[in-house]
Parts: sequence; C-alpha cells; structure tokens
Amino acid sequence: MSKELVKGNEAVGEAAIRAGCRYFFGYPITPQNEIPEYISARMPEVDGVFLQAESEVAAINMVYGAGGAGGRIMTSSSSPGISLKQEGISYIAGAEVPCVIVNMIRGGPGLGTIQPAQSDYFQATKGGGHGDYRMIVLGPSNLQELVDLTYEAFDLADRYRNPVMVLGDGVMGQMMEPVVFPEMRDLDELPEKEWATTGRGQRDETNLINSLYLDPQDSYEHNMRLADKYARIKENETRFKTLHADDAEYMFVAYGTVARIVRKAIESLREEGHRVGLLRPITLWPFPDEAFEQLVEQVKGFLTVEMSTGQMFEDVRLALNGAVPAEFYGTTGGIMPDYRDVAEQMKKTMDKVGDAS
Amino acid sequence: MKAAFRRPESLTDVQTHYCPGCVHGIVHRITAEVIDELDLQDRAVGVASVGCSVLAYDYFDVDFQQAAHGRAPAVATGIKRVRPDASVFTYQGDGDLASIGTAEIIHAAMRGEKITVIFINNAIYGMTGGQMAPTTLRGQKTTTSPYGRDTEHSGDPIRVCEMLATLPGAVYLERTSCHDARHIMQTKRAIKKAFEVQEKGQGFAMVEVVSNCPTNWGMTPRESLEWVEENMIPYYPLGEFRSPEEVE
Ligand SMILES: Cc1ncc(C[n+]2csc(CCOP(=O)(O)OP(=O)(O)O)c2C)c(N)n1
Ligand code: SF4
Repeated sequence: MSKELVKGNEAVGEAAIRAGCRYFFGYPITPQNEIPEYISARMPEVDGVFLQAESEVAAINMVYGAGGAGGRIMTSSSSPGISLKQEGISYIAGAEVPCVIVNMIRGGPGLGTIQPAQSDYFQATKGGGHGDYRMIVLGPSNLQELVDLTYEAFDLADRYRNPVMVLGDGVMGQMMEPVVFPEMRDLDELPEKEWATTGRGQRDETNLINSLYLDPQDSYEHNMRLADKYARIKENETRFKTLHADDAEYMFVAYGTVARIVRKAIESLREEGHRVGLLRPITLWPFPDEAFEQLVEQVKGFLTVEMSTGQMFEDVRLALNGAVPAEFYGTTGGIMPDYRDVAEQMKKTMDKVGDAS
Repeated sequence: MKAAFRRPESLTDVQTHYCPGCVHGIVHRITAEVIDELDLQDRAVGVASVGCSVLAYDYFDVDFQQAAHGRAPAVATGIKRVRPDASVFTYQGDGDLASIGTAEIIHAAMRGEKITVIFINNAIYGMTGGQMAPTTLRGQKTTTSPYGRDTEHSGDPIRVCEMLATLPGAVYLERTSCHDARHIMQTKRAIKKAFEVQEKGQGFAMVEVVSNCPTNWGMTPRESLEWVEENMIPYYPLGEFRSPEEVE
C-alpha cells in the first residue's frame, strides 16, 4: 500500500472514516480544527453525518444520543473544549455508550495557550468527570500510530461499550508525515448492537440507555460490574513499547510527542556510551504497571519526561513503588523539551542515582 | 363489550411516583395515547430529562435514553441523526429546558431538528424541592425566592414559545394547559400534531404544557389548577405560536 503525506489532524479524520465512523459532532477549537474541517468535507462522500454543535457540551451529548442509538461516533476537541465535555463523558461511561473522543492537547490552565502540552493527562486518565469510571486512553507517538490507534479505537469502544480517548497534542495535529491508511471497513461487518435505542421494532423488550440507579444496592452492583469490565480491559488491552530494554541501565519514560524527542536524546547518549533506553506507554489508561515490574531488576533509575509538571510521573512512581529511583523532567505551558536538555537531565539522573548507590 | 378505559399500550404497568394531582401523570398518559394512535410504539425513542420526570423511561413502554440536565435536545439530535426513521421525543421540565438547557433547546429549534419536545412548565423546580425557576412568576414564593420573585433582582420570567417563535426551524410551537378536561383534550391534540410534524419531516415541534406542582406550591391539587388558570395563563397565554401550515 502506498504512503500518503498528510497532516496529523486530517489523518485522524481519514482514519475515523475508514474505521466506519459515520457520525461526527464537534465545535471549533485550535489546534484541532482540521479534524472537523476534513470530516465536514469527507462525510457526505460516505453518506455520513457531520454536525457542528452549538458547544462542546451539546456535541458530547449528541455523541451520547447517537452512540446510544447504535452509530459509530467520534468527537474531537482540545483542552478547554474537553473540559466542557466531562459531564457528558461521565454519562457516556455510566451508560456504557461506545464512542471515540480525540483531544489534541494545548497548554492550560484556563484559556492557556494554543501551543502543545500533555497537561490533560490527569483529566484523561483519572476521571475528569464525576464518578468511579475509567476511559481507555491511547497515546500515539507518530502519525502512523495516530492513524492505527484511531482506527482501532472504534473497535475497542464497541468491544467494551466504553468511551475511548485518543490523546494527542498540538504538534501531532499540525505536523505532516507519510502514513499508510488502513482499508475501508465494511459497515455490514460491524458488530450488531442489540442494546441500542433504535425504536423497539420486533424486540420483546424495550432498550434503555441510562446511568441512573436510585437504589444504592443497584448502584453498587452497576459500579462493581463496571469495575470488573475495567479489570478485563487492563488485563487484555494494556500496551507499551520499549527501546533498548535488553541492555539499558537507565530508562526514560515518555509518551506521545515527547517520546520522539526522547529517542533523539537516547541516540546522542548512546553515542557517548551510555546504556539508556525508553519505556513508552501506549495505553495511558490502563497504565502498563507490569512493564516496570519486569525492568526493575535490571534498571538503576527511571527518568520521566513530560510536557507537564509531572502528571504521568505519579503513575510511574506508583508502578515503581520505590523499587528504584524515579526522577522527573518536564516543560509545560506550551513549551516543548529540547533533546539536549533531556539528555543532560538523564546525565544528572545517572550521577544522582550513581552517587546514592 | 367495548372497554371504556384502559392503559395505553405505550405505557408500562408501573405505578408512577408523581404526587397526587400532578399534571406529569396526565401528560404521560396522553402522550402514550398519541404514540398508540399514530402507531409509533415500535419506532419511538424517548429522551428523559432531569427533573421529576427523570424516571419517564420506566413509565413509557418504548426505547429510551436518559439525558443529563438540560441536554435532552442534544441527545435527541444524536439519536435522530443516526435513526432518521425513529420518532424521537424529549420530555423536559422548565428548569431543564428553560434554564440549564437553553442553549440546547434554542439550537435544536434553530436547526429545525426533526424531534418532538414536550415541555412541562410548572414555574418551579419540582424534584429538588421547590426552588425558583426561570419561569417562576413575578412575586411567586419559592424556597430560593422566599420573599417572592423580585424582578429587579432576578428578571422577568422567560416565555419559551415566544422566544423560539423567532426561529424559522421551529415549525410548530403551541402552549396548552392541563387545568381542566377541555384543555387536557387540547393538549392531546397539540402533542399529536407535534408527533405528526416530525413524521412529515417538517422540522422542530414543541408543546409547552402549563402545569402545576401542588406539592411545592403548597396547595391542594384543586387549588393548584385554579392557580394555573388565574395566574399562570395570564402570563403564559395559550395558543399556537408557530403553525406547520405556515410552512406547507
Ligand atoms: C448538572 C445538574 N445540576 C443540578 C441538578 C439537580 N436538579 C435535579 S432536578 C432539577 C430541577 C428540575 O426542575 P424542572 O426541570 O423544572 O422539572 P420538575 O422537577 O419541576 O418536573 C435540578 C436543579 C442535576 N441533576 N444536574
Ligand atoms: S414535586 Fe411537583 S412536579 Fe414533582 S411530582 Fe410532585 S407535584 Fe409533580
């Protein structure tokens, strides 16, 4: 298959269409505008629906209605807009409506900046909305992975009847890279959704999309059933990649765009003879705790690098549970780390850990 | 022998939780009758809002989605866009539709979204215990306007039909009441028309039912219906604000 040179945001749009997404509801916000723009042009070609909603609040509730009615649905936004969607995401998780949400993160808090950031990690992986729910969060690191994960996100959403978030950032949306698009899904082969509110038709029972459980025992059981599902997702879907895990004495932990910068730092450090590697979580929830368990025997220290003041770092520390030292380096508010600074920070980590041992 | 009175097919055999004398029960029943008469039970998808009618999904024997507070028109939009052949309706209170959900209702109407909205205006927040609503009348006492609604402070009550009537997409808007049998029959005719407008694909249709809340108004059911007639209707005049005939 031939490679096409595309912009990240447009790649998301095309990947979604190919995955069988036929309904998109969104509201403009930089730096993800090319997603709704691309889809608004593309949907009519595949008899799909693009609708610009009056707000992100309305958009996510359209997603809830449309997903509940059985469609393959996506919405996209960037940080301030994703904040507005949180109520809807909580309802979607509670009522178990499959859908895909893309967040091309920009710097915050508040109106922040339109420059890239990773400062919505907490919001994405720790709830954001109210209640004891989890969302599958995918953190692609290059455009091919962005395409592949967006494509697969719809299947994950359907398989678990759960919202799935693709967590990118402003750079990923704007940059261009060659990608190979997966084939167009045959809509007739998508799974039947016998639970959807299609109108009762010939069914004996009516269908209900709902997150209200007034009786505390019912509510408890609903939550425990969700917890079982989340445990299954963790068991089956946790993903990560490593680089130089065979010989690394020190490891970076990074995801998304930052992982690319870290790779460059690793190249220069290895040229100088340092045995450094990378652990790159692909699913940010479920977080790949086990990957750390396998590495602590061999690795002397971990340096987490993020475009935040240390959000994923908390998960890294929980996963390591004090087994080996964990250090952090971050840039925030829309500034990207420079690979030379990243390499320098690793040297500091090595000195610090080396001195201590 | 012909049965003079029986439960509509589209209502479940579940006892509602509504207070004695509350209009919610009546509007449920006539809505279910309309769904039966138009043979929509197999294609109807309801959207329950947040308010006293939050459990509407237990009472209607049709597919349902429960929406967040105020968001029912957006949820209905999503359903209708995926299932254009379904008959999609929302059932919303005045706190839900005229306060927290104003953006959603205005834009659903603006888009001419082909949905049916049943809007219960009882001038108060029933479910949460009788707080002031945007529709609370001037001087009306509620738990958060204990001295009566002061329009200097809280403004004048919102008239939703009049406001939506400026939007071409809102092809059918009617305000009715349920304070006596004649008006109940008129409400039923209006609800039927609102479903027919959707069936014909004409656009957005809404029936605003001027209603009561005897519990939080601190009245007997009879007093509350008199209060509807004497106080609510003068401020919320009944009638058609947009008629689908204008569209045809
Ligand atoms: C986001 C949110 N805010 C507040 C509430 C609390 N709440 C529940 S019902 C309600 C008011 C309902 O009043 P109305 O829509 O007039 O319906 P009624 O109960 O009078 O039928 C409120 C404020 C909520 N459930 N969600
Ligand atoms: S509180 Fe008011 S609106 Fe709610 S059921 Fe009782 S009477 Fe009806």
